[in-house]
Amino acid sequence: MSVALSDPTRPAGPMRRLMRRKLAVLGLVVIGVVVGAALAAPWLVAHAPEEQMFDGLTLQGAPMPPSAPYVFGTDLLGRDLFSRILYGARTSLIIGVVANGLSVLIGTAVGLVAGYFQGWIGAALMRFTDLMMAFPALLLAICLAAIFQPSLWIVALVIALVNWVQTARVIYTQTSSLATRDFIAAERTLGASTGRILWHHILPHLLPTIIVWGTLGISTTVLLEATLSFLGVGVQPPMPSWGNIIFENQTYFQSAPWLVFIPGAAIILLALAFNLVGDALRDVLDPTQRGRG
Amino acid sequence: MASYLARRLIQSALILLGVAFITFFLLYILPADPVRQIAGRSASAQTVENIRRELGLDQPFVVQFLRYLAGLVQGDFGRSYLQKTQVAELIASRLPATLLLMAAGIGCELALGLTMGIVAALTKGRFTDQMLMMTSFVTVSAPQFVVSLILLYVFAVQLSWFPVGGYGTFRHLVLPAVTLGILGSGWYARMMRSSMIEVLATDFIRTARAKGLSRARVILRHALPNAILPVIAMIGIDIGVFMGGVVVVESVFAWPGIGQLAWQAIQRIDIPIIMAVTLVSAVAIVLGNLLADLITPFIDPRIKIR
Amino acid sequence: MKNLLASTALVLAFAVPALAQDYTPDPAAKQGGEITVTYHDDVATLDPAIGYDWQNWSMIKSLFDGLMDYVPGTTTLRPGLAESYDVSADGMTFTFHLRKGVKFSNGREMTADDVKYSLDRVTSPATQSPGAGFFASIKGSEKMADGSATSLEGVKVLDPLTVEITLNRPDATFLQVMALNFSYIVAKEAVEESGADFGKHPVGTGAFKLTDWTLGQQLVFERNADYWRAGEPYLDKITFQVGQEPVVALLRLQKGEIDIAGDGIPPAKFTEVMGDPAQAALVVSQASLQTGYITMNLNVAPFDKPEVRQALNMAINKERITQIINGRAKPTGQVLPPGMPGYDPAFAGYAYDPAAAKALLAKAGLPDGFETELYVYNTDPNPRIAQAIQQDLAQIGVKASLQSLAQANVIQAGGEPDSAAMIWSGGMAWAADFPDPSDFYGPILSCQAGGPGGWNWAHYCNKDLDAAAAAADAMTAPEQTADRMKAWSDIMAKVMADAPWVPVFNESRYTMHGPRLGGANELYADPVATPINFDYIYVKE
Repeated sequence: MSVALSDPTRPAGPMRRLMRRKLAVLGLVVIGVVVGAALAAPWLVAHAPEEQMFDGLTLQGAPMPPSAPYVFGTDLLGRDLFSRILYGARTSLIIGVVANGLSVLIGTAVGLVAGYFQGWIGAALMRFTDLMMAFPALLLAICLAAIFQPSLWIVALVIALVNWVQTARVIYTQTSSLATRDFIAAERTLGASTGRILWHHILPHLLPTIIVWGTLGISTTVLLEATLSFLGVGVQPPMPSWGNIIFENQTYFQSAPWLVFIPGAAIILLALAFNLVGDALRDVLDPTQRGRG
Repeated sequence: MASYLARRLIQSALILLGVAFITFFLLYILPADPVRQIAGRSASAQTVENIRRELGLDQPFVVQFLRYLAGLVQGDFGRSYLQKTQVAELIASRLPATLLLMAAGIGCELALGLTMGIVAALTKGRFTDQMLMMTSFVTVSAPQFVVSLILLYVFAVQLSWFPVGGYGTFRHLVLPAVTLGILGSGWYARMMRSSMIEVLATDFIRTARAKGLSRARVILRHALPNAILPVIAMIGIDIGVFMGGVVVVESVFAWPGIGQLAWQAIQRIDIPIIMAVTLVSAVAIVLGNLLADLITPFIDPRIKIR
Repeated sequence: MKNLLASTALVLAFAVPALAQDYTPDPAAKQGGEITVTYHDDVATLDPAIGYDWQNWSMIKSLFDGLMDYVPGTTTLRPGLAESYDVSADGMTFTFHLRKGVKFSNGREMTADDVKYSLDRVTSPATQSPGAGFFASIKGSEKMADGSATSLEGVKVLDPLTVEITLNRPDATFLQVMALNFSYIVAKEAVEESGADFGKHPVGTGAFKLTDWTLGQQLVFERNADYWRAGEPYLDKITFQVGQEPVVALLRLQKGEIDIAGDGIPPAKFTEVMGDPAQAALVVSQASLQTGYITMNLNVAPFDKPEVRQALNMAINKERITQIINGRAKPTGQVLPPGMPGYDPAFAGYAYDPAAAKALLAKAGLPDGFETELYVYNTDPNPRIAQAIQQDLAQIGVKASLQSLAQANVIQAGGEPDSAAMIWSGGMAWAADFPDPSDFYGPILSCQAGGPGGWNWAHYCNKDLDAAAAAADAMTAPEQTADRMKAWSDIMAKVMADAPWVPVFNESRYTMHGPRLGGANELYADPVATPINFDYIYVKE
């Protein structure tokens, strides 16, 4: 046991401080549960997600609401919704977290560089951003799916390639504003390298925006994946995703609300969980708040 | 300033050309053959070839693209493959409705979102803040179709306060605009809250408070203008989103916007319509971003136009 | 100018056959009234030479007329603009005697020149008509198609009220083609004035005329006071509102704001509506001339083996599929739908027997099944049906992965000879252009349609059956009708022996209308004027 860990005068590292916040821990737990469910799905469910069961439908062909033995009820083909939600966690994590996360990262990088350096590189990057914003992403997705086989990775790729523009625009505006601040000029006079300025002085102020895009983006990309899959670009039935469960059942929300509200709640839960962790992280890393956490 | 504007406009024109080329190219390499769609199910091979020739679709890519550009310059967007109507006419008939809904929708988003964001920032950490942010998440994650239908059902079908969809009067506009406002407010609320919190924590604001300025004055005259910067950028993004078409809301409320046109066209590979809609929304996006960039220096004088 | 010397041999003149069963007007029908109909998609075009989707089909029928027509609500032919016709002994020359005093909606009287103009127009490549191929039996049509002629040689104007049409082969479906939208008569000056926009400014002789079209919002039809069928139509005005989501349209119908939900009852609301007796009473359900089927591509292994195709026919649980779509269809085992002449009620088809299916697969050398792909149109309920099919196939060891795509993509894949292994035809399922069995063979089962771009997605080619089909279509004499239908039943039975398809069900059409509306049920689920025969429905007041 080293002395440092038990030395009360030494400020705790970021991880430590994060773990002290209850909400952050809650968020991490939820994320852990979702990831765990996604990975362990085959062992946790009683029925395969694509299995259409005869007693899963009423005699008229209507789905069953949540009740034994189907905890979340069944869907229009008599399949166990609980099973589909668990298996669906996989797609949602890949799309909502990985793809969206990637697009936020790319957007931040582009916006940061363009906003700080301005000049011709800023203009070039921003015009490129304009181009990508006007780019027919849907068409690109359809073309890619036609050339290669439709798959989740095409959807993830398209989202990562195209969604970054929104983050980039906002980061650009904020960076432009930050870059002109006095304290930045001061740092430069003091001889701080560009990298240090960007990393230590500008980026922390951008963290709130990054978190907003990283967390709200989970919801919108998961729903976007459903639209793309509908057009034949992404996952094909019967593979479930939270987005496509909502999408294929949304007209039935009056007669079978569980088919919409349960996956919807799952998406909100995941996005919220990331938000809690992100907010806590932001507080913990915020230079103006250091020492208060 | 003038030279900046000129430069941006030239850049915009180049961007539009780029978008036109990319879109045309993607449509060209799409394996689904539009001629077969037009020719229908009972056409003989001869009919199919005749139609292909009549539409000029047997020409090489470059020829087709240049022909299209030549038409564009004259204001001719071509004729829809499946409707045979002039595309310019189709778009013109839907543009006013689209712009109206866009303005009203963004207005509602801002009204709701900014209010929520400011209140949340001012009550940071407390129950109100948490509830407001929870609401943001719910509205952003909610499927558009469900929300639209619920609002329509409650306020138009049951209460009859508004017409059940349609276009023409102010009362027709309220429900779709409010729906869009609710669905999109979450983003503005979250960003505004973040931004406000950042700004409120700066020395600049603390100095103002220390000087004895009233809270309201500090918020409105000093904090808000600084916090609103990212929102301007978001409005630019939103314009693009709306021009691409808010299909679901348009569909539920029977609002004759561009979204429905575009969605049908994509599913049926109606190339002239897809090209035209892409170009029209590209124009809106480019102009929207340009406008945002022009306004920003007025909000934050430190950002110079260079 | 009257042609005194008959150039063809013995002209057999007979009053238009067996028309004792012409329409008896509904005694309860009242003149007057305005109704509102909603649709989701904008109307594509009202040009009869071009309009070919289920939505504008009946709208065009209300704006225009052809030489022949159908008794409303039935599949029986009756005279249209031609009040009578003569057929030559060899069945190759038809002389149509036009009615006098028929007016276009622009006031001008229709003459034989208009008939010739219209037929020339639809077969001309410049018009880009998807129906040009239907006129292939008219003499001179090949020259029109390849562009070497600008006028159909086989269509001759004898005098202002007489048109003589000569065929290049005997064609038992010719009169049906003369009742098809593509043959409808248009006004030449209106076409020349509007050019390619004629579809938005239609001028015809029909029961209604178009008085307003606000793109993307609504169309208005108004009664043609000079319509040549006295007493028709009953309605004064029809307003078509477009851009309406089907679920919302139903809500508006329930509220009393509209009279007909043109897109039918959305699947999501079906159980609710049919479960309420008051609403169910307003629903008309009729089997339509449509068959939903799974095609198996004979060019893709192992579907080249007939045992495999037969095995799959036995593996599909059609009852369960029908249950999944809330019973909106009837399972079937044959190609033709009930209601289509040539349908054989005694034909059993392949019974559901998964065990036998597995055994048959083993016999074909595939005891462990195989992997394949099933294409499907992505609109509800088709992906669900496809997934039900997928499960049935899995039970006999056939692992089918789904490709749920936009319609254009499925059609494209189907047209490629070596592409889509299996296609579920739902949403694009073959519905009759006209009520004759040849329409279920030529475009979707003949060798010619099996080429690239054709709709014979099974790429099935049986030359013997092609010959039998041609022979059946050459039986043009009315007294041969029974034999002709027997011949067609035989052909279809032989098709099922080869089993290029798995016929699954015949969908029923469900139209819901408001309580104000009257008229026989058949008018709301008209097998020909799909979906609704606007000329004969009325408002009860």
